[in-house]
Amino acid sequence: MLKEGQVRIPSGCAIAAVIDTTGERFSGETIIRSIALMHDRSNGLGGGFAAYGIYPEHADSYAFHVFFDSEEARQQCEAFLFDHFNVDVSEPIPTKKVPSITDAPDIRRYFAKPNKVRMREAGLDEAEYTARCVIRINAEFEGAFVFSSGKNMGAFKAVGYPEDVGEFYMLDRYKAYLWTAHGRFPTNTPGWWGGAHPFTLLDWSIVHNGEISSYDANRRYIEQFGYKCNLQTDTEVITYLFDHLCRHHGLDLDVAADILAAPEWDEIDEMSPDQRAYFTALRTVYGSALVNGPFSVILGSNRGLLAINDRLKLRSLTAATKGNRAYFASEESAIRVVCPDPERVWAVSGSDPVFIPLHLSKED
Amino acid sequence: MMRYFQPEFHIVRDPARCIHCGCCVRQCANECHYFDEDGKTVLCRDESCVSCQRCVCLCPTGALRIEKFKSDYRESAVWTQQVQKEICRQASTGGTLLSAMGNPKPYPIYWDHMLLNASQVTNPSIDPLREPMEIRTFLGRKPDRLSFTKDKKLLTEMPPQIKLETPILFSAMSFGSISLNAHRALSAAAKELGTLFNTGEGGLHPDLHDMGQYAVVQVASGRFGVHKDYLNNSAFIEIKIGQGAKPGIGGHLPGEKVNVEVSNARMIPVGSDAISPAPHHDIYSIEDLRQLIWSLKEVTEGKKPVCVKIAAVHNCAAIVSGVARAGADIIAIDGFRGGTGAAPTRIRDNVGIPIELALASADQRLRDEGIRSRVSLLAAGPTRNAADVVKAIALGADAVYIASAALIAIGCHMCQTCNTGRCNWGIATQREDLTRRLNPEIAKERLVNLVTAWNHEIKEMLGGMGINSLDSLRGNRLMLRGIGLTEKELSVLGIRHAGE
Repeated sequence: MLKEGQVRIPSGCAIAAVIDTTGERFSGETIIRSIALMHDRSNGLGGGFAAYGIYPEHADSYAFHVFFDSEEARQQCEAFLFDHFNVDVSEPIPTKKVPSITDAPDIRRYFAKPNKVRMREAGLDEAEYTARCVIRINAEFEGAFVFSSGKNMGAFKAVGYPEDVGEFYMLDRYKAYLWTAHGRFPTNTPGWWGGAHPFTLLDWSIVHNGEISSYDANRRYIEQFGYKCNLQTDTEVITYLFDHLCRHHGLDLDVAADILAAPEWDEIDEMSPDQRAYFTALRTVYGSALVNGPFSVILGSNRGLLAINDRLKLRSLTAATKGNRAYFASEESAIRVVCPDPERVWAVSGSDPVFIPLHLSKED
Repeated sequence: MMRYFQPEFHIVRDPARCIHCGCCVRQCANECHYFDEDGKTVLCRDESCVSCQRCVCLCPTGALRIEKFKSDYRESAVWTQQVQKEICRQASTGGTLLSAMGNPKPYPIYWDHMLLNASQVTNPSIDPLREPMEIRTFLGRKPDRLSFTKDKKLLTEMPPQIKLETPILFSAMSFGSISLNAHRALSAAAKELGTLFNTGEGGLHPDLHDMGQYAVVQVASGRFGVHKDYLNNSAFIEIKIGQGAKPGIGGHLPGEKVNVEVSNARMIPVGSDAISPAPHHDIYSIEDLRQLIWSLKEVTEGKKPVCVKIAAVHNCAAIVSGVARAGADIIAIDGFRGGTGAAPTRIRDNVGIPIELALASADQRLRDEGIRSRVSLLAAGPTRNAADVVKAIALGADAVYIASAALIAIGCHMCQTCNTGRCNWGIATQREDLTRRLNPEIAKERLVNLVTAWNHEIKEMLGGMGINSLDSLRGNRLMLRGIGLTEKELSVLGIRHAGE
């Protein structure tokens, strides 16, 4: 049977997220409880979390989280990493035995800074250099998979129910100001650790519920610009689209969201001339980055949290706020279980992205 | 004179039904039907019948039928009747064989070897009757990126974009090769449909001056009818390098077809042959093409996108890439089954490659070079129905050109003899008694109906795939699966086999 990455696998899911907009960090226990309530939306074939602000002591280093299928894969990949980065810390990611989670690969993390000489030789900035190294490892190193590569953030994922994955990685012991979570319901795969969400590149992390019917249009667009969609998952391609539009084209996150979940022409035709010009230009130039089909997506980043829904609102996604915190989940109950009395609750509407910016003070 | 070969068709007249009214006599420009010496009895001769079906369709009593003339030769897979007939024709005339319309040979039609996807369970299909289904299409050069002010005002200067309400345009057919009434119908239909028609290499007739905004104006090697006002009175300009039906050769509109009207539009003397040279004599290289593109942009003050149309030939992927870099905003690729008003038979039947393969490899090549998003790709030659259109777009086209299908909609029966100028349907002729037969109003309605029907079908197929915007189908090859194709064919098309 073909593994994930060799074949495209659609899947359904549950997603959830919590952010503290002041940057106050809180334990992973909240997000685990939220996603656990939606147990039935996943089938035990994938769960994961992304957490921002967890590594303040290594805030300037890239934190690489890597799965290794074999000792040989680890040696090859480490040789590459040590060659291209100055690695400060190399250690196994602490885990705890959980009965339902089996067949774990070797899971390690590295805190590292780009090798300045190589970076200068390549003529790339730090982010581009790092992104290319990650894409290269994932494309070329059999049995090694970098599943997290941002600064002061990390993804944690496995084959299992999300609440078990949270326990496996002992996420209640980490503190973050932004958490996202995912429970997966793949339709035809034995499940692979790398295939679980979130999918990340640099500081971007995506959890996603749905199946995008524009996948190959998006993939063939983004692969023009040096990306390789190894996993053939919707989530991967959405991550790259955001990375490309924001990092390479310098667009704001909300503009990128307006590209991925653009309004319909009927609506655009009725807009004011300025707005019409704005959306017409976006849709004309970036039509291949329009994401189509049913989806709800939560993008975690060092700028804040962005939630988008498909234009026809074919997937559920609820948002709520209370005080400095904002909550998102596939089902409202998953918000109320951790925040029983929110000030505002609403359904995220198609083509109306919700962005919750982070207001970190300087020393954070 | 002794005849060395049989007629192609046999006209069958049912004596029980024929009332000898003479309708067929009046309709047949090939003079197949005639009155006997008594002036009352209608008779027919098979020799010049081209099976255009005009008499069959118009016979008031349904007395006529055309069948293949059957006189079986001794069987040979090598020396077929067709082969022998062609040899005999050449032995009698010493000339190049001429024919018209697209390559009729049974080469593989890849559209028929590709199947479309539909959503089940994990992804709901969308009902176009309930939900908006977008097929609006923009053609023109796209900037690599956009930038905005903080309050989202566009800073990037956008090159001119052509907005179409359907991904279907009418392809190049010149006034000269087809009648003015046909041009009237095409232009009016384009206007009503929110799309464009294409002047071909014949200029724009003064009567259609106001339709210029719906016209793609062609600049071909003969430069007929090309002047500043013609270029500026257009939606976009198309430099025709090649045509799928006859790659590598020029064109020849015989002097008989050059009446006063055609002469005015083409800016040539009445009765003179209009010869389009094989190459443009100012384009002997890609650098030259670049200069012509920029000259045309200069004369139109950069307001008109410039398209370059090439025939689908072996190396077309690399050529398309070069053309994109030479500054073309739109590139049209014309496959070897594309139609023509006249082409040497040998060329029509043997030169060029199928549009499906050319389009797939050109689109991939542009992506490999990271420049696909800059230019628009048009596929032509031919798309026969809405499914072909959907498949072309999934392979990577931005839009398609249709011409043969449009002509069939207004009466063409593919008799493949446009070159004779005796089109009984009033389409590919300049004879006034014949062109009168084509009512431009009715023909326009039929064209509008055809494209409207295709639009509906395109939306239906899109909805089934769970897609509500054509943007998300462009280049979306996962929506295609091959059936009955070899590994090599699949790899050129960039698709998987059904069941994979």
